[in-house]
Order: sequence, then C-alpha cells, then structure tokens
Amino acid sequence: MDREQLTIASATGVDVSLNLAGAGSRSYAFVIDWHFRLLLALAWQFALTLLVAGQVTPPTEGGEATGRWVLLAVLPALAIYFLYHPLLEVLMRGRTPGKRIAGVRLVTQGGGTPSTGALLIRNAFRVIDALPVCYVVGLVATLVTERRVRIGDLAAGTVLVHDHAGALDALADIGSLAGRTSLDPAAIELVRDLLGRWDSLDVARREQLSCALLARLDPGADPAYLAALDDHSLRRRLEAQLRGGRLA
Amino acid sequence: MSAPAGTRSWLAGRAPRWRSLAEVAARARAGGRLSIEGAQAVLDGYRSVARDLATARQQLPGSGVTTALETIYAAFHALVNRAPRNSRAAIVRLLRVEIPAVAASLRIPLLYLTLLFALSAGAGWWLITHYPELIGLIASEAMIDQTEHGHLWTEGLLRITPGSVLSIRLFSNNIVVSVTAFCAGIFYGLGTFYLIALNGLLLGGTFAFTRQHGLDGELFRFVIAHGTVEISVILISGAAGVALGESLIRPTPGGRLDSFQHAAARLGKLLLLCALLLVGCGLIEGFVSPNPLFPLASRVVIGVCYWFVMVGALTGRLFGARPRA
Repeated sequence: MDREQLTIASATGVDVSLNLAGAGSRSYAFVIDWHFRLLLALAWQFALTLLVAGQVTPPTEGGEATGRWVLLAVLPALAIYFLYHPLLEVLMRGRTPGKRIAGVRLVTQGGGTPSTGALLIRNAFRVIDALPVCYVVGLVATLVTERRVRIGDLAAGTVLVHDHAGALDALADIGSLAGRTSLDPAAIELVRDLLGRWDSLDVARREQLSCALLARLDPGADPAYLAALDDHSLRRRLEAQLRGGRLA
Repeated sequence: MSAPAGTRSWLAGRAPRWRSLAEVAARARAGGRLSIEGAQAVLDGYRSVARDLATARQQLPGSGVTTALETIYAAFHALVNRAPRNSRAAIVRLLRVEIPAVAASLRIPLLYLTLLFALSAGAGWWLITHYPELIGLIASEAMIDQTEHGHLWTEGLLRITPGSVLSIRLFSNNIVVSVTAFCAGIFYGLGTFYLIALNGLLLGGTFAFTRQHGLDGELFRFVIAHGTVEISVILISGAAGVALGESLIRPTPGGRLDSFQHAAARLGKLLLLCALLLVGCGLIEGFVSPNPLFPLASRVVIGVCYWFVMVGALTGRLFGARPRA
C-alpha cells in the first residue's frame, strides 16, 4: 500500500513529497516524550528534595510542605512536565527527542519549518485534544482527517511527516559501486541492504535470501550449487557482485 | 537483470555531488543566517536536486537513492521558502501593530461576553441569595465552613504558602483558564460561552454567600487589586474564542479549515499578551491581595493602574504605538 503523502508544488516545477505520519508514529513519539518528561520531572524533584532537605521525603513545617521545597523542587518539575513540548518544539524546530527517535517531524503545509507562533498554538490546543482523557479527541482526529492531524495541527496549520534522516546513507557509496559493477541500481541496493543487515539475520534466513538473490542476479547459476554453499561463501559471492563480478 | 548502463554512469557521476549538496543543506539549516554565497549555493543546490530527483523518480522509483534525493530536496525547499528572520522587528510589530489590531476587532464579542458574565454573576447572586443551600455546588466544604465561622478562606494564605509559590500557582492556573476559554471556542463558540457563564455564576454566588456572613467587603478587598485585570483578560481570551467559533460558523471563501487556521493564527497572538498580563495578576494576587498590610485604597489604586496598563498594552501605546489620527 502506498504511503499517504503531502505533495507541495514548488517553484522548480518538481513537487516536494513528504510521507505523512499516521496515528501509530504519532503515538509512538508521544509515548517516548511522555516518558522523557515524566522521568526528567521526577529526577529534578528527587534531586532537589535531596539537596534542600537532605532526605528523600519532602520537608514539612507544621504538617505542610515548606515553601522553599515547593519553589525549588515541585514548581520546576511541573514546569518541565508541562512546558516540555512547547519549549522543545520551538528550540528543535518542530522536533522533540521522542519525534526524533520515532523518525517524525513537524512541518507547515508548505513543507517549511513551523513558526514559533504556530508551535505555541498547536500546543495550546492540547487542552482540546486531551479531552476527555488520554488524548481521545486528538487520536480520533488523526484517524479521520485527510492529513492525519490532531486539532492543534488543524489550528496551527502544521503536519507531522516522516523524517528520512537515515535515507542519506543510501548515497554513501552508491556512486563508486555504480561505477564498478554491472548490476542495475535496484540490484545494487538489494545486495547492499542484505549485506548491511547480514549480522542481524538468522543464518538460515540470510542463506535463503542470498541464494534467492544470487539466482536472480545470475540466471545461469545452478540453484542446487548455490544452496550447497555455506554462509561465508554466499557472503563473498554477494560482495563480489558489488565489485563487478570478480571473486576476491 | 541487465541494467541500462546510462543509469549506472549517471549515478556514478552524480552521487558525490548529492553528498556535498546534503552537507550544504545541513550546514545552511544549522547555521541560521546565510551569506550571499551561501544563499546562492542553496539556490543552485535546490535547482540541481530538483532536476536529479525528477530523473530518479522516473528511472529509480521507490529506490533508496530516490528517497535520499526526496529528503535533500525537501530540506532545500524548506530553506528557500523559510520566512525572513528579524526577531526584534517581529516582536515590535507584534506588540505595536498586530495585537492592537486583533484586540480592536474583538470589541463586539467582548461587549456581548461582558454582558453574559455580568448577567450570570447576577444570576449566581440571586440563586445563592434565595437558595443558600445551593452554595455547596459552587464552594468547597472548607470554604463554607471557614466563612460560616466568620473568616474568609483567603485569610492567612501567606502564612501557609509563600507569595512566590502562591503567585506561580495562581498565574499558571489563570493562564490555563485563559487558554481554555480561547480553545473552547472551537465548539462553535459555545464552549467559551459556557466557561464565561460558569465563571460569572461562581463569582456572583460567592459574593452573595460572603454577604450573608458579612464578609463581602473582605472578599472585595481581596479581589480588587488583581481581579480587575484578571477578569478582563479572561473575558478578552473568551472574546478571542468566540471569534474563533465564528470563523467556523461563517467561514471565509477559502473554506472552513482555512478560515479556522487563519483565525487561530491571528487571534492566538493576543493570548501571548494575555499570558503576560496574567503573570502580573498572579504576582499581585500572591504578594498584595492576601497581605493585610495593604489598605483598601492602595489595592484600588493598584487594580485601576494595572487595568490602565492592560489597556495601554492592548492598544499598543505601552509599547510605543502612535494613536490613530
């Protein structure tokens, strides 16, 4: 299934295409961020309680928590928890640590970086998106809107898209490989992808994939002969394909 | 699986250039302000990647190379189309021109909302005066108990909580109320009407209850310094919420979504000023209002003066805007 895309007309005549992030990526980023802000806030409160009171329990006077403790430990912790999203989205230009890990970022409908005002509006509308509990309104909105956005995004004109920062790795050695081998670019990518994931695959799985790929690259090869090769030999053959067909 | 040699040689020839363009885009994005040469390099890169991306989409659809070029192209597109940066000028324009223009456009909804607030406060007063047992709906047991014993719940607030803590707690709460009054406008303005009417009802009812126990003067003494601006700002945020609802009821020719986005962006600017004013209210409410050392006259002076500061800020005159001829 094709991914849903945000297509933006540009001055060059070539459209910009950005892959829209759905409810899954959005929720994943939110859950990571929620853990970050909760842990940061708790860590602050714990550390400052220890520093102010010399103990892990809140200091009290006449049964009430002391003002100094509330001012130094509780209020900054609440600020960390509640200002995490607006502050980091502004400072990191539409990203947060959670969004970065989930591989998503915020853009305007024109594909640009959202302004500070737009990011603040987006965050103000959390009071609506969070209704009635656990962001139900926001989640429903992402499921039913064309661009998979919550109410805050609708108000601010922002869109959450996939950030293909790792895609640039595809350019790492494609030029030199394309100059040496007789494989077509799609085959180069397949071989390089398989070699890149080699250690993370089960031996049986990578042997099966290597045999299938080598048989496709060289239709004259005997499938039984390929199936008889061990893991190491298969890898050498794939590497040889990338070097232009010569076995080292 | 024989490949067209042309595509391979094209890849071999162009890949080093794409890597260097990716670095140009990353540097330009991280560096902020660009030199003329830097801007020229970005424009050249934008055009160059556009050509190569068009070829890659045709020759290598769905490939990693095409995805990488899409990423570089999107980065250049964002750079070329980013808004000019001049933070100081933007802030000055916001305070002198944009916020006053928004505030001026809200006069009529503000008038209606003030009327609604006054009517619901009157209704709250009437309700509690005639049915005193209903006070349980609007006040906590502790508040009722203290008032019935002749003490306002605000007495000794500073003994329990320091002014700084109290201020932060109060202005945070007020900012949340103000933001909610604005955002609730998304329900075609009805959410805002409900919030404002409820606040009016609570205020009127509370005053009626304290009057029954001879403490209404004390309550007035407590609220006058910060309440003038606090109530005004919440009404202004509410008026912005009503205008937001109106953008959905009567959309512009561009459509309902476009109308809503435009209204949110325009009206949202006012919320920034409202938040700043509420910080001031919080400081007054934390340090002045519960402090018995301040006589009523000084409280009235603070309340009135701060209200004029608010008007100055909303008209832009506080920030140097010239009055319109």
